[in-house]
Amino acid sequence: MFYRSRFLSCIPLVLITVILLVGMAQPSFAQEEEAPSYVLQDDGNLLWTCIAAFLVFWMQAGFAMVECGFTRAKNAVNIIMKNLMDFSIGSLVFWLIGFGIMFGYNPFGFFGTDGFGLSGYDVNADGSTNYWTYAFWIFQAVFAATAATIVSGAVAERMKFSAYFIYSIVVTAIIYPVFGSWAWNGLFSGGGWLEDLSWLGFTDSNGDGLCFIDFAGSTVVHSVGAWAGLAGAIVLGPRIGKYSSDKRPQVIPGHNIPMAALGVFILWLGWFGFNPGSTTTLGGDLAVIAVTTNLAAAAGSVAALITAWFKFGKPDAGMALNGALAGLVAITAPCANVSPLFAIIIGLIAGTLVVFAVLMFENFGVDDPVGAISVHGVCGAWGTLSAGLFAQESFGGVNGLFFGGGISQVIVQIIGILACFVWTFGIAFLMFKIIDMTMGLRVSEQEEMEGLDIGEHGASAYSDFTIMAR
Amino acid sequence: MNKIEAIIRPHKLDELRTALEELGVTGMTVSEVRGFGRQKGHHELYRGREYNVAFQPKIKVEIVIKEETTEKVIDLVRSSVNTGQVGDGKIFIYPIAEVVRIRTGERSQEAL
Repeated sequence: MFYRSRFLSCIPLVLITVILLVGMAQPSFAQEEEAPSYVLQDDGNLLWTCIAAFLVFWMQAGFAMVECGFTRAKNAVNIIMKNLMDFSIGSLVFWLIGFGIMFGYNPFGFFGTDGFGLSGYDVNADGSTNYWTYAFWIFQAVFAATAATIVSGAVAERMKFSAYFIYSIVVTAIIYPVFGSWAWNGLFSGGGWLEDLSWLGFTDSNGDGLCFIDFAGSTVVHSVGAWAGLAGAIVLGPRIGKYSSDKRPQVIPGHNIPMAALGVFILWLGWFGFNPGSTTTLGGDLAVIAVTTNLAAAAGSVAALITAWFKFGKPDAGMALNGALAGLVAITAPCANVSPLFAIIIGLIAGTLVVFAVLMFENFGVDDPVGAISVHGVCGAWGTLSAGLFAQESFGGVNGLFFGGGISQVIVQIIGILACFVWTFGIAFLMFKIIDMTMGLRVSEQEEMEGLDIGEHGASAYSDFTIMAR
Repeated sequence: MNKIEAIIRPHKLDELRTALEELGVTGMTVSEVRGFGRQKGHHELYRGREYNVAFQPKIKVEIVIKEETTEKVIDLVRSSVNTGQVGDGKIFIYPIAEVVRIRTGERSQEAL
């Protein structure tokens, strides 16, 4: 009876609320009739680009969860802090320096020279605010932070926090923006050297210079992160206990696979901002790209789990999760240039490739706890190459090798992939070496054994539990 | 008085508790433990590589009972947690010198 009477007493309140809401809504009906029944294209572009940027920002959470889940409980605070810090530092540095180098006036095609702190680009000629510059900046800033945060997985469980701090500044100020200016400067300013390769003799049937195809950044974003991570992992060396005395790779299990799985689902969602958002235009293309993106991810996951099933006897969870990411990374470059069928093929190959790449890097002595180099580097290169093979004019305006486009576009893709590797790996290797020789790159042996959470942050992630790990 | 210390499979705990309650056992202490016996750990697969998990997760149950019920409890523990497979666990029996109930100061069997 008590509950019933309390329930009945709510009815008058609900009635009053409904009446008030209806009453308040009345005048606005009249206003809506006067408002235009369409969205201006410019406003639509602004809205879609910002929504996509917010989705890409959420990928930071995905990376944090994947990396935390695939590493040990004693380093959980440290990996979360590295993910938080590289985004925060990255945002500030990309505002101050990175954006200008990547998208400023680019006289030689090798780096931009103005637009630092958006100066000069944030107002229109008539003095009004240029909203598009702001939308473009937030979208590009979250991309820069994506490249930056890939590295924390490859160097997890052993790099000093202070060294990672310095790395975060250098990657978003110089390493990422310089390569970005080669391939993407034309999105905002004059254009980089990879956007018109006529000077090397690569032209299409109309005589126009061929452009390196990397629609949303398999190479520009993902490979840059991965090759920097590779340099870091090599300079650091493997974690203690990763290799036995006879140099055989050992298993260091991650502490939370459901957390890693949540991270992969978050990344998958974020990718619907990453790829379809790279249209920066409200229009039909974004739906096509959403489909190619999703199909490649699904195919990557299926291919990785089937490969693992045949190879190891079980459908390995870690590999299947990496497979989904492999498909996503691979489709990032060609997502606007290929048909859904070829998106599936690109994903299937990426998912197979990632399983072998993870084992190969381990056997070579490169300790990459989360598989970042295989997912973002190897599959980023594969995806970029696939654009030269499978591009169709009816989708992106260019034909690849399989559709009568000839070999030139494939060679252009390879030039871009190699340029990215040489620049990123080279300068990142140099940077990590200099950090190692000056402030030190790696934590002490004792700190590594006790965990970076206690050593670097004086905290533990799960303070109510006894951590029983190696 | 005796203490029965049983190392059992984690998923058998509820069955054991129900059986002991029916017998009239008034209290028990349970801990999560790890160890190995003849089962010698097990293999798991992580990112394509097999590795040995040396210490199996087990549950340790401690019950203090009157001496005369010892055999009955041993039989009950065995019948409720036995699966016939290696890894079912072990039972250890210790003599207990004294028991004190903290709240009242009662001693010996009064305190059980």
